[in-house]
Amino acid sequence: MAKTSGVPFNGTKEQEEKLRAKLHELKSVQGGLMPALQEAQEIYGYLPKEVQIIVAEELGLSLSEVYGVVSFYSQFTIVPKGKYKIGVCLGTACYVKGSGDILAEVEKVLGISAGQITSDAKFSIDATRCIGCCGLAPVMTVNDDVYGRITPKDVNGILAKYN
Amino acid sequence: MKKTVQDINLIREKTQSRIAMRGHGSFDTGEVSHYKRQVLICGGTGCHSNKSSQILAEFNRQIKEKGLENDVLTVMTGCFGLCAAGPVVIVYPEGAFYSRMTVEDVTEIVDEHLIKGNIVERLLHEEGEGKEKVVALSDTNFYKKQTRVALRNCGVIDPENIDEYIAYDGYQALIKALTTMDRQEVIDVILKSGLRGRGGAGFPTGRKWQFTKDAVGDIKYVCCNADEGDPGAFMDRSVLEGDPHAVLEAMSIAGYAIGATQGYIYVRAEYPIAVHRLKVAIKQAKEYGLLGENVLGLGFNFDIEIRLGAGAFVCGEETALMTSIEGNRGEPRPRPPFPAIKGLFGKPTLLNNVETYANVAQIILKGADWFSSFGTEKSKGTKVFALGGKINNTGLVEIPMGTPLRKVIEDIGGGIPNGKKFKAAQTGGPSGGCIPASLIDTPIDYESLISIGSMMGSGGLIVMDEDNCMVDIAKFFLEFTVDESCGKCTACRVGTRRLLELLTKVTEGTATMETLDEMEKLCYYIKDNSLCGLGQTAPNPVLSTLRYFRDEYIAHVKDKKCPAGVCKKLLQFKIDKDKCIGCGMCARNCPASCISKTDYIAEGHKLPSYEIDSTKCVKCGACMANCKFHAISKG
Amino acid sequence: MSDIKMINLKINGIDVTVPAGTTILEAAKVAGINIPTLCYMKGINEIGACRICVVEVKGARSMVAACVYPVSEGMEVTTNSDKVIAARKTTLELLLSDHRKDCLSCERNLNCELQKLSNEYGCNAYRFRGVSSKTDAPDTTTDYLVRDNTKCILCRRCVATCNKVQTVAVIGANERGFKTNINCAFEENLENSPCVACGQCINVCPTGALHERYEINDVKKALADPEKTVIVAAAPAVRAALGEEFGNPIGTNVEGKMVTALRRIGFDKVFDVNFGADMTIIEESNEFINRVKNGGTLPMITSCSPGWVRYMEFYYPDLIPNFSTCKSPQQMFGALCKTYWAEKNGVDPKNIFVVTIMPCVAKKAEKLRDHQNASGYPDIDAVLTTRELAKLIKEKGIMFNDLPEGELDNPMGEFSGAGVIFGASGGVMEAALRTAVEKLTGEELKKPDFTEIRGMEGVKEAVYDVAGMKVKVAVASGLSNAKKICDLIRNGKADYQFVEIMCCPGGCINGGGQPILDAYTRRNVDYKTLRAGALYSEDSKKALRKSHDNPVIKDVYDYLGEIGGHKAHKILHTEYVVRKKY
Repeated sequence: MAKTSGVPFNGTKEQEEKLRAKLHELKSVQGGLMPALQEAQEIYGYLPKEVQIIVAEELGLSLSEVYGVVSFYSQFTIVPKGKYKIGVCLGTACYVKGSGDILAEVEKVLGISAGQITSDAKFSIDATRCIGCCGLAPVMTVNDDVYGRITPKDVNGILAKYN
Repeated sequence: MKKTVQDINLIREKTQSRIAMRGHGSFDTGEVSHYKRQVLICGGTGCHSNKSSQILAEFNRQIKEKGLENDVLTVMTGCFGLCAAGPVVIVYPEGAFYSRMTVEDVTEIVDEHLIKGNIVERLLHEEGEGKEKVVALSDTNFYKKQTRVALRNCGVIDPENIDEYIAYDGYQALIKALTTMDRQEVIDVILKSGLRGRGGAGFPTGRKWQFTKDAVGDIKYVCCNADEGDPGAFMDRSVLEGDPHAVLEAMSIAGYAIGATQGYIYVRAEYPIAVHRLKVAIKQAKEYGLLGENVLGLGFNFDIEIRLGAGAFVCGEETALMTSIEGNRGEPRPRPPFPAIKGLFGKPTLLNNVETYANVAQIILKGADWFSSFGTEKSKGTKVFALGGKINNTGLVEIPMGTPLRKVIEDIGGGIPNGKKFKAAQTGGPSGGCIPASLIDTPIDYESLISIGSMMGSGGLIVMDEDNCMVDIAKFFLEFTVDESCGKCTACRVGTRRLLELLTKVTEGTATMETLDEMEKLCYYIKDNSLCGLGQTAPNPVLSTLRYFRDEYIAHVKDKKCPAGVCKKLLQFKIDKDKCIGCGMCARNCPASCISKTDYIAEGHKLPSYEIDSTKCVKCGACMANCKFHAISKG
Repeated sequence: MSDIKMINLKINGIDVTVPAGTTILEAAKVAGINIPTLCYMKGINEIGACRICVVEVKGARSMVAACVYPVSEGMEVTTNSDKVIAARKTTLELLLSDHRKDCLSCERNLNCELQKLSNEYGCNAYRFRGVSSKTDAPDTTTDYLVRDNTKCILCRRCVATCNKVQTVAVIGANERGFKTNINCAFEENLENSPCVACGQCINVCPTGALHERYEINDVKKALADPEKTVIVAAAPAVRAALGEEFGNPIGTNVEGKMVTALRRIGFDKVFDVNFGADMTIIEESNEFINRVKNGGTLPMITSCSPGWVRYMEFYYPDLIPNFSTCKSPQQMFGALCKTYWAEKNGVDPKNIFVVTIMPCVAKKAEKLRDHQNASGYPDIDAVLTTRELAKLIKEKGIMFNDLPEGELDNPMGEFSGAGVIFGASGGVMEAALRTAVEKLTGEELKKPDFTEIRGMEGVKEAVYDVAGMKVKVAVASGLSNAKKICDLIRNGKADYQFVEIMCCPGGCINGGGQPILDAYTRRNVDYKTLRAGALYSEDSKKALRKSHDNPVIKDVYDYLGEIGGHKAHKILHTEYVVRKKY
């Protein structure tokens, strides 16, 4: 089954120009595909087919080769992220302190699963690897805000701040 | 401006006078800084997430407002180590250690301590059962029992100020190597020091350097593995955040020794602060002529580029890391050929991890004998651990090799919170194993850990108490490796998945004793037949828990019980009908509507008690959390 | 040159001496020891992934993959201990646990490497039970190929072939871990990819995950239709390989038995695509001479290979002017069946059903291209691969090896040796030269052998002095080699006049529709040379060696008029399109 984000692509000319300029620089860099994809994701927020085609064309690779790399790394996404990106850390320290329950609560409240985006594009959830705030475990993040030492009961209140 | 050796020495002296107050070096400097006080604020990821940068901003605002700019210097440092106490602030010269700071606390410290010189007792760190106040970080048990080599500058210097690094003898080792040692002499010192790779397997670093030096090739590379991916481990991140130049200097020394002119640091993209500080450090080093063409005018060329990972644990494996830098799916390659012969872009490549490099400059400066005076016969030096889980002092610790686990947990770590019992410690992350309480006196070194079925790994040390189910922990780690397997080889791709399915049967009470035998067989098969280290070590969490906590497995299999009350499928929530006063809070909070009134009224109560229909129960625990009368139990 | 260092080691206690750099796998073969492989393809897929070739090496921490592990002095290897055997068995059982095991009805039943090994190691196919990583229905979106990922064992031989041999990389490994799957980008169906339809992936697949889109039922339906005159013809390379399906040695030419078998299956006419090949030479050499004389676009590039045509249309559309406008032999043959032959025999082309037997899967797609319906009806109605024909023969209960040699029907069963060698890389060029040289010089070519352009090298070049003119030709097979030539032409660095390109390495004898050889045979037997040899041998024995000497050709041009003329153009030539990759 073909994978798509289900969201129509609305990249701008400026974005494309910016990306092509970056790719032009990276063309001669050994092993430039990873930095290229990181730049592309920085510019567009995600890596839909339209963007991957630009990367493939500019770097002289097949689309399959590009997608093979994109789908290998968990930080590359072909699904756009929400206005508020929620991350629940499932690193060991957080896990042993019950972050699994936090994630379940976030999923329940928003009605979507990890890796998905709400239909109004407001929230997306990711179960993240250790983000290194083990002293604050369990930790959840909303964009750059970090919420530490939380319980499932706190989830609703935290999300309410962004609604 | 490009500098010469003399310029660097001048910067060193000048800066030493400014930072002498922090008392971490024995500086022989006549000058005294005009600053009366210095405020060091931890800018490590843990404290940063806890708004330490806002605290810094508030300090700066008030200092300016109150006209203290010439008297007080604020510095954002790397990680102090005691993350549990974050956000952390230290005020020198007293070294007053303020923990769990908030923005609101700043005014009091400025007014009382910075202006009047009175330490603010209220905000000082408390330690131990008696919550005794400790004045200085260096007086804490946490800190006293450590030996800081790799972390020597973390929490001491401003990592974004190259001068402060230089003040603490930074780049002196590079100068020493370039001006007084030939390439082989550098390698000989590393060989003699006994330094072994801090990334996991513990391969002798000097031999790696020697192999790469001896390999034939016009181009060679130096790589730094900063793709620290073990869940719960943040040693390398803290070094990069707190002392980035230490890594750059070591890589330059390595470049000189093996004959490389280009270095790559492969760092997790999940570490934005580390990446930022590395970028700043590289820029400053280039400006000073410490990186680039003709380093310090000494005829040596070496440059460093940062490459970001993109979320693949397997890229911490050396061949996968190089495959990733080359722009491919991070799949490991068969060895031989080893990277020293045919590595990055097919060229001889030296690859060490961050912590390994963090030791190098010290070894060159202070000598092999100094370094090998720490540690055991086969494991020299110190090791940094990220202490986490059910432990009071979560944070970063550095101890001499051979230190007993007990000392780390009880003395440095301050024991288990809430009076719970220590059950096990997990080292080596998903590649390691669980060490049971009975082996708490095991010395922490490469060989001892392997002999008890765990491994050093990169340094994650997760403590577990009686509330943790060891089968669940094994499952957690195995789920991690299944998720992070690259999928290339059969043994790991399918083997770990099938192993997880067998293990899941245990946690769900559908396994038999034969399942345990099959699991064990499959574990040894995966260890023996996987292509890379990820697969070869993936079964360790299962094997070590099977070895030390077999009773728990058997309880899951035979009694269909999870003794720690973690495995949901085996849980039963029960209402003690004699304790239940019939308030109905449980029933109102039950998402499955499986709690109903009985017709039993306990003695002394007015309302009938409730009961749980366990066939409908989803085991969420909401009833138990909402019962104020402790009438609900699980088991 | 310095002497190659020799390494001494012991394998299962047997002393072996091999050159440094040899793998354990190769060294074991020297010692008469077989080590099984699945993912390994020498030089192409050396990834050590499947773990079936594991062996014990004394002192090593874990088992090592013999296919990629180099020998070293004093090494002691054990390839058949209980531990090794148990490990391989477990590997197979794990693979089987994530494999759709409908072996009995699988197209690769009895010809499956996984099945064979499972049998040898006595595997319990159900030792491990668990979720399946791939559950999607087979991809049947193309006219030529079916991919069923539920049978894929992720050996990546197809990926390596697509990527390194054919350099198109339309499939690759996606996702990671247990979710890893071989697919196009975004798990799109093959029809939405720039796949050239060469089918080389099928030939290297150890299991039944890949096969051609079957057309046997279309053929059976036509055969059962009394209204239809069903014509069949096989491509040259088919006769050089069909015998393998019936246990004959590689390189056996089974033309006569094949003809008898086709007749027994019930085809009304058994002609030969070699005839179409002769026709192609007449038109193509004429086109070449015209281009040379009239300053047309050079080099001219052959257009017989439909995989190559698709490749050019996707990846080098700027070379369309260089392409010969000639239809392929298959399409010329079909077009003439429904025009020339139909008219001559008073059969309504509507009722003619033309079937070709092809070593190729791209031919299945070629027949559906635009402008391939000279009569108003499709030139070709069905294409069976060599493998499909073998299946049909077996199903019909025909004892192939016992068949008498049959004779082809007239007139379109007549062909020259030049038509025969079309099946091997260099053959089209050689055939064209035989005709073009005679046309240009006006003299008889005494020795019609152009041996410089024969053989299995990827790129071959030669310069011929023809009537005082230097003609430089290039021959390439396999798309990685084609790419080199294309880049030269694109960048104006090619000084060739005439270029032959075949999509598959070695030409049609190694086409994607040919009998499947297991990895061991592909690695250790020079099957391409053997198959080609069968064709060159037939050519050398033929009295008729040049296409223009084919007596039927004259009759055809009585119908068509001038070579390259208006009617010939309408029936025998075609157009190309620019294809979008995404």
